[in-house]
Amino acid sequence: MLHIKCPHCGLRSQNEFSYGGDATVKRPELNKDVSDKDWDNFVYLRKSPRGKHLELWQHISGCRQWIKVERDTLTHEIFKTLKASEEA
Amino acid sequence: MQKYSVFSLIKNAFKDHKDWEVAWKDPTPKTEYDVIIIGGGGHGLATAYYLAKEHNITKVAIIEKGWIGGGNVGRNTTIIRSNYMHDENGLFSEFGMNLWRNMSQDLNFNVMFSPRGIINLAHSDAQMNVYSRRGNSMRLNGIDAVLLNRDEVREIIPMADFSENVRFPIFGGLMQPSAGTARHDAVAWGYARQADSMGVDIIQNCEVTGFDVSNGKILGIRTSKGEIKAKKIGLCVAGSTNILAEKLNMTLPIETHLLQACVSEPIKPILDNVVTFGAGHFYCSQSDKGEMVMGGDLDGYNSYAQRGNLPTLQHVLTEGIAMFPFLSKLKMLRTWGGIMDMSMDGSPIIDKTHIEGLYLNCGWCYGGFKATPASGWTFAHTIAQDRPHELNAGYSLNRFNTGHLIDEKGLGTKTWIS
Repeated sequence: MLHIKCPHCGLRSQNEFSYGGDATVKRPELNKDVSDKDWDNFVYLRKSPRGKHLELWQHISGCRQWIKVERDTLTHEIFKTLKASEEA
Repeated sequence: MQKYSVFSLIKNAFKDHKDWEVAWKDPTPKTEYDVIIIGGGGHGLATAYYLAKEHNITKVAIIEKGWIGGGNVGRNTTIIRSNYMHDENGLFSEFGMNLWRNMSQDLNFNVMFSPRGIINLAHSDAQMNVYSRRGNSMRLNGIDAVLLNRDEVREIIPMADFSENVRFPIFGGLMQPSAGTARHDAVAWGYARQADSMGVDIIQNCEVTGFDVSNGKILGIRTSKGEIKAKKIGLCVAGSTNILAEKLNMTLPIETHLLQACVSEPIKPILDNVVTFGAGHFYCSQSDKGEMVMGGDLDGYNSYAQRGNLPTLQHVLTEGIAMFPFLSKLKMLRTWGGIMDMSMDGSPIIDKTHIEGLYLNCGWCYGGFKATPASGWTFAHTIAQDRPHELNAGYSLNRFNTGHLIDEKGLGTKTWIS
């Protein structure tokens, strides 16, 4: 069982959260020329590292806010959690 | 190579079974090979076997970080099926079914292939429509499919919950009678033994630490046992694909996730088939030892842990009990986890790469075990001929870029949603 510290609500069990994937991928900017390659990178390509991974979670059974979590994908250690608007 | 038969068994019985040949050797790596396969799992071992058997390429090494068969080929729930709707998946898997049917004879190793049939349960009229569509697609591709109504399902699995007031009543199901199970360890060992006998070097406890690439061409690998040169290198490392891709400066449409499985204590024979729950993600069969073999959802977040987390297991088994209430009386014997190379459309990749001489076999998601022979066969062809076979032409690496996805489940890129 993971215990995730929601920056809004404090330490809660994993059961209250829903996973949202890699938080480092950036959506191509609107109203700019975007190549197929850029879309490919954003939609499909993932580093999926073994080790530190910055990822999105939603506190779906709590405050319903999206948050960022830095977690080790091998040991599941959580290093820090951030509001979605904050940069790591 | 010593042939396994009733006569060799009797002959060796007279010698107290002390004179059996080793099934495969433990060679030190040579300095150069024609082909190196990285990953001594089912797919890697099968690839080496078919390179030797079908293409006469025997100067081959398999490089395995741990021991052969210690990864997903020894961690799966042994289900073999070809009940896919899309042509690419259906034709590929059905080609594999034919290899499965002859595997024990072909490898002279009893893989205990047991075509006991798989039933996907349906819990609504809409799901029956979807299953009838998939069943028709399967039949058009020459795969056996039977649509069962509620009474026909009850005939086969009377122990399922057929009471009236359940949340997910059983409306019927789609059955592939020729699907089944096999003994997973025997598949790895059978391929390893035959590959070894044809000259393939199986090198265990040898970790790949880097690649030697020059002018867009692969020259060799660096390992914990020294540098090894090769003109062609195939990656067959499932959940470790992203780790090796990083060493090659490649980013792939793959995320690594954890899938758990479990077995109950052994009980008397009760379940003849493989059965899947249609209102969630749970599947179940009974092993020859009597254990109920069960599995379901991914843990739901990127993981390399090779061990699971309890909330997911609890969720999966809740579905299991909804389907087969008797499971609630059983004790759990073992649970374990394996790391899955989840592709972004749920279908695998068997292709060349932008690096000359480097070939990629990954993206098997939850379905790698059943694909073992077909994957090895087509990957061997792709490496030997330097072009994909028509069976794996659809499993290209650039399909994500061109939009030719094979999204069997229609889930899109959120691989953790299952």
